Amino acid sequence: MGHSAPRIAAIDGIAQEIAGLLGPMLVETVDHADELSFTVVREKLADAMVLLRDRAQYQQLMEIAGVDYPDRPERFEVCYHLLSVTRNHRVRVKVQTDEDMPVPTVTHIWPVAGWLEREVFDMYGVIFEGNADLRRILTDYGFKGHPQRKDFPLTGYVEMWYSEEDKRVVYKPVKLAQDFRQFDFMSPWEGAQYVLPGDEKAPQAPGAPTPVTAPLPAAAAPKGEPAGATPKVTEKSEDTGAGEPANSKGAEKSPNAPVKPEEHTDEGKGAAKPEDKA
Amino acid sequence: MSDYLEKLDHVTDAADPSYGDTEIQNYTINFGPQHPAAHGVLRLVMELDGEIVERCDPHVGLLHRGTEKLIEHKTYLQALPYFDRLDYCSPLGMEHSYVLAIEKLLNLEVPLRAQYLRVFFAELTRICNHMLNLGSHVMDVGAMTPNLWLFEIREDCLNFFERASGARMHAAWFRPGGVHQDVPLKLLTDIGDWLDTRLPRLFEDAMSLVVDNRIFKQRNVDIAVVSKEDALKWGFSGPMIRGSGIPWDIRKAQPYDVYDRMEFDVPVGTNFDCYDRFMVRVEEVRQSARIMKQCLSEMPEGPVASFDRKVVPPKRGEMKRSMEALIHHFKLYTEGFHVPAGEVYVATESPKGEFGVYLVADGSNKPYRCKIRPTAFSHLQAMDFMMKGHMLADTTAVLGAMDIVFGECDR
Repeated sequence: MGHSAPRIAAIDGIAQEIAGLLGPMLVETVDHADELSFTVVREKLADAMVLLRDRAQYQQLMEIAGVDYPDRPERFEVCYHLLSVTRNHRVRVKVQTDEDMPVPTVTHIWPVAGWLEREVFDMYGVIFEGNADLRRILTDYGFKGHPQRKDFPLTGYVEMWYSEEDKRVVYKPVKLAQDFRQFDFMSPWEGAQYVLPGDEKAPQAPGAPTPVTAPLPAAAAPKGEPAGATPKVTEKSEDTGAGEPANSKGAEKSPNAPVKPEEHTDEGKGAAKPEDKA
Repeated sequence: MSDYLEKLDHVTDAADPSYGDTEIQNYTINFGPQHPAAHGVLRLVMELDGEIVERCDPHVGLLHRGTEKLIEHKTYLQALPYFDRLDYCSPLGMEHSYVLAIEKLLNLEVPLRAQYLRVFFAELTRICNHMLNLGSHVMDVGAMTPNLWLFEIREDCLNFFERASGARMHAAWFRPGGVHQDVPLKLLTDIGDWLDTRLPRLFEDAMSLVVDNRIFKQRNVDIAVVSKEDALKWGFSGPMIRGSGIPWDIRKAQPYDVYDRMEFDVPVGTNFDCYDRFMVRVEEVRQSARIMKQCLSEMPEGPVASFDRKVVPPKRGEMKRSMEALIHHFKLYTEGFHVPAGEVYVATESPKGEFGVYLVADGSNKPYRCKIRPTAFSHLQAMDFMMKGHMLADTTAVLGAMDIVFGECDR
């Protein structure tokens, strides 16, 4: 039986029909998990979309999704998800591009593309030629950078604070109290590239061959640093950004000790001194 | 008389200002971002000619939390609770798309009881969502009482969610491979009683105040009429496309889980205005109750999650006895399961429309890309052409009939 995701009846020969329709505009057809993807020539995108809407009855553009593959020469993929309400079928149309090459807009075919293209522009920096209103949409006014790119850090570069001096919120560079932790869960039996500590001492024992390593899954995201270079060691406190030991509190002076009055200003108001009440 | 009118036909105030006329210019106002009728943090920049809206530019993104980016850094299971926080008025509807997308990539079979439970609670979510939307729509155009009654029903729904999952809103109860835990029998019988007695009484009472009300009709009939062609062009879905007269429902057209076993009707609008959208939702509540009753009568006994131990963690009791179960539990809650490389777009009929998840997997334990297709994004974009020529006071009616929640729109 398999999965219970939305069951879309396959239409016989739909891939050939669309391939015939698109002709030389088509670069590649992928049929995976009962879903059809057509990669088309970037410059011909608008023509292909008009054909799909008018000749193949894909009336609705539901979604435009950007994907970033930094390893590819043209790193961005823009995926258009089309829906036919008369044939009850979905297809995906893709184009590839990079930071500089513009993708032709489809706003004249589907006005809904206006915001969807704005979002891809905002998140990835893909430029859509002919979109008259290519502003940022989800990020803040005056935001810099394109946050969904794989080389944009998860924490971003700036964070917002309320500034007591300026009496308004201001942006400051991000300061993390604790380092961002990205765990490598790759099983040492399957994918580890590094030599486990101690393994280098033991030559291959006769009669006990090392199990064949499983093929690595296609590496996609640049995950920090390559695992092969550095051996795994325990993190030092300056790496993790851990604070000073908790028992340093004990070194603090007791409240009864004579101290300068202004040092009390930081402390909670609950511990009011008796002379405050007078 | 007629020749006098003809003479006047080409005379405008600007060309011939008569006594007492003052020339006015269009002016721009800000609606929101902190307006009770904006249903969240929506900022509308509106250009007005008197009281007529000439242009309407919605500014969204004030609730943008970078959900899609965060999901790329979490395992598949850790990413699930983010979906509750998208459309926080219908959390289980959001989870449904996501778990189905993972199951499609894994080609994982879900036990029948789990499929029934999912459909059952997805429909309860639909009722819960529509209670909030119908109530706030009514309140936005001036009526107070129905909203309070509908919130009674919503409160009941939230109590049921709590009894099923432990959480009132952010349930995280649908899991890849099934649901997190089985429901007690008493809960199902209680919901059955509720469907027969309390829900119809409260709901029909509240609706009897509204649907034939003169003021409510004056505020909604013939407001923001959207033709079928426009609905298709602007990517409408859910009650919005059905309100425009297109009988399109993903539960019927592309059934998932056990929706193909359910018998229900798809209501459509005839005048394509805000009132139709409202009435479509009203009828959907009754149809959802119908689906839930069918689920109750047909739901089989059995497991509520797949037995594929490489995806679904074992129960705690099993871990106390089996070493292997302990290992599976540890691995699944630290490393998580790996999903084979590939990409799917899975869309379900959430209470607000087509909620899609475009999931790109690279074979690791984290999604390579998870694009969320919110319903509100395309609906809100149509605000400009729907508002053109309407009065400023119609804004709340149009917004209310769109059913927008910003957690989902801004992600």
